[in-house]
Amino acid sequence: MSGNPVLYDHPGPRARIRNLALTVVFGLLILAVLYWVYRKFDEKGQFAAILWEPFLKAATWNNFIIPGIEGTLKAAATAMVFALAFGLIFSVGRLSEHRWISVPAGIVVEFFRAVPLLLMIFFISYGVPFLIQKPVPPFWSVVIGLTLYNGSVLAEAFRAGVYSVPRGQSEAAYAVGMRKSLVMRHILVPQAARAMLPVIVSQLVVLLKDTALGYIVSYPELLQLGVNVLSANYGNVVAAAIVVAVIYIIVNFALTSLANYLDRRSQRRGIRPRAIDPGAAMGGGGAAAGA
Amino acid sequence: MPVFSDPANFDMYVSGFMWILKMTGASAVLALVLGVLLAAMRVSPVPVLRWFGAAWVNIFRNTPLTLIIFFCYFGLYATLSISLSDDIDLNNFWLGVIGLSVYTAAFVCEALRSGINTVPAGQAEAARAIGLTFSQTLRIVVLPQAARAVIAPLGSVLIALCKNTTIVGTIGLLEASNIMKQLINDNGDQVILIFLVFAGTFAAVLIPVGYLFGWLANRLAVKR
Repeated sequence: MSGNPVLYDHPGPRARIRNLALTVVFGLLILAVLYWVYRKFDEKGQFAAILWEPFLKAATWNNFIIPGIEGTLKAAATAMVFALAFGLIFSVGRLSEHRWISVPAGIVVEFFRAVPLLLMIFFISYGVPFLIQKPVPPFWSVVIGLTLYNGSVLAEAFRAGVYSVPRGQSEAAYAVGMRKSLVMRHILVPQAARAMLPVIVSQLVVLLKDTALGYIVSYPELLQLGVNVLSANYGNVVAAAIVVAVIYIIVNFALTSLANYLDRRSQRRGIRPRAIDPGAAMGGGGAAAGA
Repeated sequence: MPVFSDPANFDMYVSGFMWILKMTGASAVLALVLGVLLAAMRVSPVPVLRWFGAAWVNIFRNTPLTLIIFFCYFGLYATLSISLSDDIDLNNFWLGVIGLSVYTAAFVCEALRSGINTVPAGQAEAARAIGLTFSQTLRIVVLPQAARAVIAPLGSVLIALCKNTTIVGTIGLLEASNIMKQLINDNGDQVILIFLVFAGTFAAVLIPVGYLFGWLANRLAVKR
């Protein structure tokens, strides 16, 4: 990465010794903390084989973890589809030239972006039943909450994406006689969506992580089944939490890497929207020639 | 507003948001300090520090906050028996602050690192050329410029942090969202009003804060 400003010189003899000393001291510090945690866990018997054995049995995976992953993915996928639709509709609404469309769309987007997701999920699963006189399934309270929040975030991202499309594109489209809606559908949105692909994928990571809130309204997702229910059966909360955390980290790390890859790719092709990262266009890249 | 004219309910409302405010303040300070340290580690010449920073970011950024808070309770408190206060509410509060800080620090670190990347390489090269050490280059030349570029991202991190504090309700702290749930269950006839008051409080504070950060970012941006 020649774009990174190099903040330090090549180490000379003294710097090498200093770096080595820092490495040793800091490494020992980390090891000491890890050892302390290990000792404490050991004292409490957290490494007892009985707590970890369940993870070697197929039944544990089949009954708890895999259904949990399925629940998480199902909620995340449904919410993502709805959120994309919501985001698309409201970003176009906000870009509309009619004030009676753009103002309400703007209010909705700003409102749902500012309200904590948990508050919305609580309202849907505890408040809405009073209004409609029947219970809301936890799945839908999670999905609706996620849709409203992530949809609003995506709406803003799309809007930034539409602004990032060069003006000449829409001018040319108008010049060949396209109407406003056609320009939006055929010219602006496809280009904006491509430029916003990295943002969409990183929002998917956010969404996937936020499905964990389903645990609070007892929707059977990974945290609920893999930690709560599983540990109720085997009495191994900490062990189960560690295993589930590792699963989350692997999945989300893969998605984050994908987002970064898409980001680099779109940057290379020069279709990256300026509105999202004002520094990217002029920062490291431009000055890298000297490095 | 029949629900909130009852002083007991009104006090609950206020106390719920006081917890939110306190958690946001405490975690924001801790996360900023941790985040700056992590960002410094990630660009430092010592490989172990770089790995540590990268591991921290990848682990905490990719774990759901609910799970981290859960872990703070069952791991730090129940297993490692780290008790931060004798008062159960305060103890949960500090456990929540730890969880929020380690999670948010990962995002602060990434924001700062992308800010550091916006500083032209010539700046750091000039600093090295006049003989500044790594920590001097970072402190005097690069970070002050990077800080001005990351005001807007840090603003969004702060807003997200404030909203995320509601998740500490999972371990039993009676913050705004738990209070709202309680009020809704007690006053089934006024659910819309209750939701609008709680959501409106968040919106009324966070939307202006968002615009404030946008304005600040524009004002303080480094003109290049």
